[in-house]
Amino acid sequence: MKKMFLILGMATGLFACSGNSSKQAESTAETTTPAATEEKAPAYDPERGSGKFTNVTVSPTLDKALADAGNKVYDVKCASCHKLSDEKLVGPGWKGVTTRHKPEWILNFVTNTDEMIDKDAKAQAMLELCMVRMPNQNLTDEEAHSVYEFMRKNDGVK
Amino acid sequence: MKLKNQIFLLLPLVAASWLQGCKPKTAANAVSGDAAIKAYVPPGKYDEFYNFVSGGFSGQMSVYGLPSGRLLRVIPVFSVDPEKGYGYSENTKAMLNTSNGFIPWDDLHHTELSQTNGEIDGRWIFANANNTPRVARVDLKNFRTAEILELPNSAGNHSSPFITENTEYVIAGTRFSVPIGDNQDVPISSYKQNFKGSLSFISVDPTSGKMSIAFQLRTPGVNFDLSHAGKGPSHGWFFFSCYNSEQANTLLEVNASQRDKDFILAVNWKKAEEYLKAGKGEKKVSKYTRNWYDEKTHNSNSETLNEVTVLDPAVLKDICYFIPCPKSPHGCDVDPSGEYIVGSGKLAALLPVFSYTKIQKAISDKAYDGEFEGIPVIKYEAALYGEVQKPGLGPLHTEFDGKGNAYTSFFVSSEIVKWNIKDLKVLDRVPTYYSIGHLCIPGGDTRKPNAKYVIAYNKITKDRYLPTGPELAQSAQLYDISGDKMQLILDFPTIGEPHYAQALSADLISKNSTKFFPINENANPYVSKGEKEAKVVREGNKVHVYATSIRSHFAPDNIEGVKLGDEVYFHITNLEQDWDLPHGFAVKGANNAELLIMPGETQTLKWVPEKAGVYPFYCTDFCSALHQEMSGYIRVSAPGNNVPISFSLGKTNEAKEVK
Repeated sequence: MKKMFLILGMATGLFACSGNSSKQAESTAETTTPAATEEKAPAYDPERGSGKFTNVTVSPTLDKALADAGNKVYDVKCASCHKLSDEKLVGPGWKGVTTRHKPEWILNFVTNTDEMIDKDAKAQAMLELCMVRMPNQNLTDEEAHSVYEFMRKNDGVK
Repeated sequence: MKLKNQIFLLLPLVAASWLQGCKPKTAANAVSGDAAIKAYVPPGKYDEFYNFVSGGFSGQMSVYGLPSGRLLRVIPVFSVDPEKGYGYSENTKAMLNTSNGFIPWDDLHHTELSQTNGEIDGRWIFANANNTPRVARVDLKNFRTAEILELPNSAGNHSSPFITENTEYVIAGTRFSVPIGDNQDVPISSYKQNFKGSLSFISVDPTSGKMSIAFQLRTPGVNFDLSHAGKGPSHGWFFFSCYNSEQANTLLEVNASQRDKDFILAVNWKKAEEYLKAGKGEKKVSKYTRNWYDEKTHNSNSETLNEVTVLDPAVLKDICYFIPCPKSPHGCDVDPSGEYIVGSGKLAALLPVFSYTKIQKAISDKAYDGEFEGIPVIKYEAALYGEVQKPGLGPLHTEFDGKGNAYTSFFVSSEIVKWNIKDLKVLDRVPTYYSIGHLCIPGGDTRKPNAKYVIAYNKITKDRYLPTGPELAQSAQLYDISGDKMQLILDFPTIGEPHYAQALSADLISKNSTKFFPINENANPYVSKGEKEAKVVREGNKVHVYATSIRSHFAPDNIEGVKLGDEVYFHITNLEQDWDLPHGFAVKGANNAELLIMPGETQTLKWVPEKAGVYPFYCTDFCSALHQEMSGYIRVSAPGNNVPISFSLGKTNEAKEVK
């Protein structure tokens, strides 16, 4: 025989709006479905991170003008938390950062900060160390490139 | 598992308590079973409408989501607001300047959204200060008061801030007529001889929104109450309800309720513009103040203005016409077609509907019943389309659904009545709990209403909620009007006392919402663009602290060299560049509230320390796991103690203990 639940008022509201209809709840496939879609999705590249920068070409020599522009962005938007030495302030010091991460990872992290902190293992490991989520400082792509060039200058690229 | 046919009828607790809580009349069946579903917005989902509700005597405007009734924000307009530092920070103090000085608290009655082609455009919302006459413009990108304009020759700015269909003008009509001119020191009993009303037409710059008084109409001494612009065919006209055509100056409760009919004043403002252009206006010296907030300098400014142009409709004959309207009309509402004008006599038991076409004919036929103080009075029947008979008691305000129906609030009989404009027949009525003042349909006073709901704003709502001492929350009530019958689906409490309210589809403004202020565009004279620019500077007995905040520290956070007798100005720049990351600032002993600084913004707090010592300061708005660490110290020394100005961050060399 059939069950019939007639639920009036708020209770109905909760069920009706939850998105989990009783059909889904009864389905045994429910727990396996998300895993299946994850397998199909392209694998996350921990070297590059997540964001719009998939392939960045880096010149062997420094673009001095670009690095200077990056220095200016650093002063306004980054210096409060990042030293240029290897000393941690609020966030890690920048010394050697360009040798620790690929340029794509850095550019994605500084422009797509929240998603990276939520997803990326290296970013999460740093969060455990610093305990402050890095703010998204809304850098333009140009600003992000200039900051990266300034990081390279700081790491001794000539 | 098998069960027999079973029906579980579960009434939620909420509905059950409604049923018990509603004492009067038909309350027991006022809420039907699916009400909660209709008002329920699940966690993480947005409301479909914003509802901007006047805060009445609070002087503020509150913003609710509909249909949930969730309070989203209180926008400070005419009163100081410690939550946001409004009226306390050096940056916002000027917003509350008037020709009478700084006014920290006023009475906000009505709200009106800007329109283009008679439709809500989502740019600004206007509000009136009733006590010290002013009109404010709130910018809907950032939900902040952008401008406040004072109105000279005005008292009790009640008939305001209604607008024309392209926001050409915002209107400000006077509730109180007063003596105007050089000699205002006259006997109160000389009302009939000396008291005049003013209708201010405030022009709005279509790009910047800047307001200025284009002209004022000087009218006979009566009390203007509410108003609405014509639209479509009647665009170019404005209609004002007025009472106290008895011209009483005492015991108005009795003396202003004598006549069977008062008036609606029809104003041909296009004609007034012609006279203005032809130089028929008279320039009158009148001192008043305009304040505005600059989003780039993050500062408010004030200017004093000295002149208005006045037109006299008793001389310039074809601007103004009185239309008799029963008794002490309040609402004066124009339907979406622009043809019908509904007058709501708050002491009347019928509802007159006037016809724009008939008014035009009456004027060309000169179908007048004499004049009132030099202004022609159109014959009632010559302007009347028809009357709704026995609609209820005490009609106040009418809004429209765009489907040929009108919804009128009735204060005395506590109900909303739906009626058809064409045949003037009552179609439906629902009780409200209790005495309804205004009501609102999204876009209900425009050419294109979005009539999913009507909201009742109730004035006297005793026992509607849990008691909170002698003062009780007033209630707003949400009715679904998508079907033939109105259905009550939600109660929600309101801030202060709601009068007029406006609502619009959320997507008209949510997409434009400011998320933060770009730090590179910050033009505040005391900005610190990065910690490198943080510093402390002495200028005579003023000490300027240029400080930055970012999760989770101030730079600098150790400051010395302030002397007793100094005025300290903390200029805090929030270096964050992401949404929803304000920082706060408070320093011990500040007798001037706190600051709340949006990302990319600079705000200034003035602090005058009262005695020597070390004072902590800290961030008041939770910002990160290390928010509690976001703090600092400032040392204040006795005048004789020669401590130089110094400031630092992260310097840890210890000084000796002082015995």
